[in-house]
Amino acid sequence: MKSKWLSGPYILWMALFTLIPLGVVFYYAFTDSVTGAFTLDNLANIGNYLPIFLRSIWLSIFATVICLLIAYPVAYYIAHCKPGTQRFLQMMVMLPMCMSFLLRTLAWVALLEDTGIINNLISAIGLEPLPLIRNNGAVILGMVYNYLPYMILPLYTVIMKIDPRLIEAAQDLGCNSRQVFSKVILPLSVPGIVSGITMVFVPAVSTFYISQKLGSPGTILIGDVIESQFKSAYNPNLGAAMSLVLMILIFVCVGIMNRFTNDEEESMVTL
Amino acid sequence: MKKFNRAFTILVFIFLYIPMIVLLVASFNSGNDVAVFKGFTFDQYKELFRDDDLLSLLGNSLIISVLASLIATILGTMAALGIHKMKGKLRSAVMTVTNIPMTNPDIVTGVALALLFAFAGVALRIHSILGFWTLLIAHITFNLPYIILNVMPKLSQMDPDLTEAAMDLGCTPSQAFFKVVLHEIMPGIISGMLMAFTMSLDDFVISYFVTGSGFVTLPVEIYSYTKKPMQPKIYALFTLMFIAILIIMSVMNLLQARDKTKRQRSRLLGGRVK
Repeated sequence: MKSKWLSGPYILWMALFTLIPLGVVFYYAFTDSVTGAFTLDNLANIGNYLPIFLRSIWLSIFATVICLLIAYPVAYYIAHCKPGTQRFLQMMVMLPMCMSFLLRTLAWVALLEDTGIINNLISAIGLEPLPLIRNNGAVILGMVYNYLPYMILPLYTVIMKIDPRLIEAAQDLGCNSRQVFSKVILPLSVPGIVSGITMVFVPAVSTFYISQKLGSPGTILIGDVIESQFKSAYNPNLGAAMSLVLMILIFVCVGIMNRFTNDEEESMVTL
Repeated sequence: MKKFNRAFTILVFIFLYIPMIVLLVASFNSGNDVAVFKGFTFDQYKELFRDDDLLSLLGNSLIISVLASLIATILGTMAALGIHKMKGKLRSAVMTVTNIPMTNPDIVTGVALALLFAFAGVALRIHSILGFWTLLIAHITFNLPYIILNVMPKLSQMDPDLTEAAMDLGCTPSQAFFKVVLHEIMPGIISGMLMAFTMSLDDFVISYFVTGSGFVTLPVEIYSYTKKPMQPKIYALFTLMFIAILIIMSVMNLLQARDKTKRQRSRLLGGRVK
């Protein structure tokens, strides 16, 4: 079949602009920024940033778990609406994903600031203003807010596809509603859970904007450090080494997560 | 339980939309502080349309996202047709590479491309390589997987006998492709293209690393704004883009609904069960 060759330009493109750039990242990670000689210093230096790595991981795991807990009931509800309502609600979930995430995060700054909207309301009813911003909680809130739709959509996709006859069968065989959930619905939603976790955790662990706007110098994340190596500290070699470690970390996580599902394409989000 | 889920879902939607409502309201605020509503005005919109710089940035964003999504659609559809015919190891290798930009964090994709371009700049002796072309290449690169992942399912849903049926009825292979195959996978192509377009339009992280001072898109500029005092006309722009995206998504929604009913009808008529 010669139509196989139709993908030639694409494969060439991906080799040039996906595989080779990763090779360049490797190259920079293992070379000295001044002399260009081979070195392991960049990778060794990452040890100094271990607390920041751990904080990024810990905050984004927290955000991912909260997203999962919030998204599941929502996805379940949407999947059990009438088809027209389902399409409408799905659109309502997708709409925020398409709007500038910078501005939406800034709106949270306006909401949470010490003299922001929420604190103005709190003062108006005569209470003390709360420290809502520049802490871990605000960063987690920003992550949950920005990436929640990426959890809802894959969950909705799998829950919607569950055959209602399976649930009836379980009920006929004597399951109560809790058992139906834990023995039928939950196991069948695993592919959605896996892809949702990936889609929330990956951008959350690598974010730099959310922590810049909602966090404080004490909540610097790994994304902030990488960004500063390229944009202000000008040590692309260290930045490349960190990107490499971040990438390997994520591919390992995704690899482990994908162990829980067999099918590669089924749970992908498509419109 | 159903009632609880309903109330909970409503709360979550309120949570998702509150920041956007804040911005929509701010676009009609006559004061500069988002937190204090001083009075209703259309001034921010007038300001916005007088600001040629901002409009040209929006123009830049639109040029990049239209070009990137169109080129990615053509390349990606061709690729999907090719991958569809592949089998075994080759297919899974290509799909793995397709998934790399999807799995990699944006910051790593951005950094990797920026380093590649820096490398190429030295090799080709171009002093400031970052600009329009690097931005376009980067956008095409992250758009491609969206096209492929939207078109592939349509190809596998398609009845493989359709092409042969068309040729039996006298179509040449190219006619069979343009009249039958392309028609069948069109919904996937369109939704992939729209998805790529919106991703491109809103992309900040990757653009931020691969763009130079010569050619800047709107999100990158908004990021630099946020270091200075915020200009309220940005909120007006946000509101207009909100409306535009709402329209695009409603059109998509209708297309999808039409596609579903058509599928059901053809299933009823032709008994194609799949």
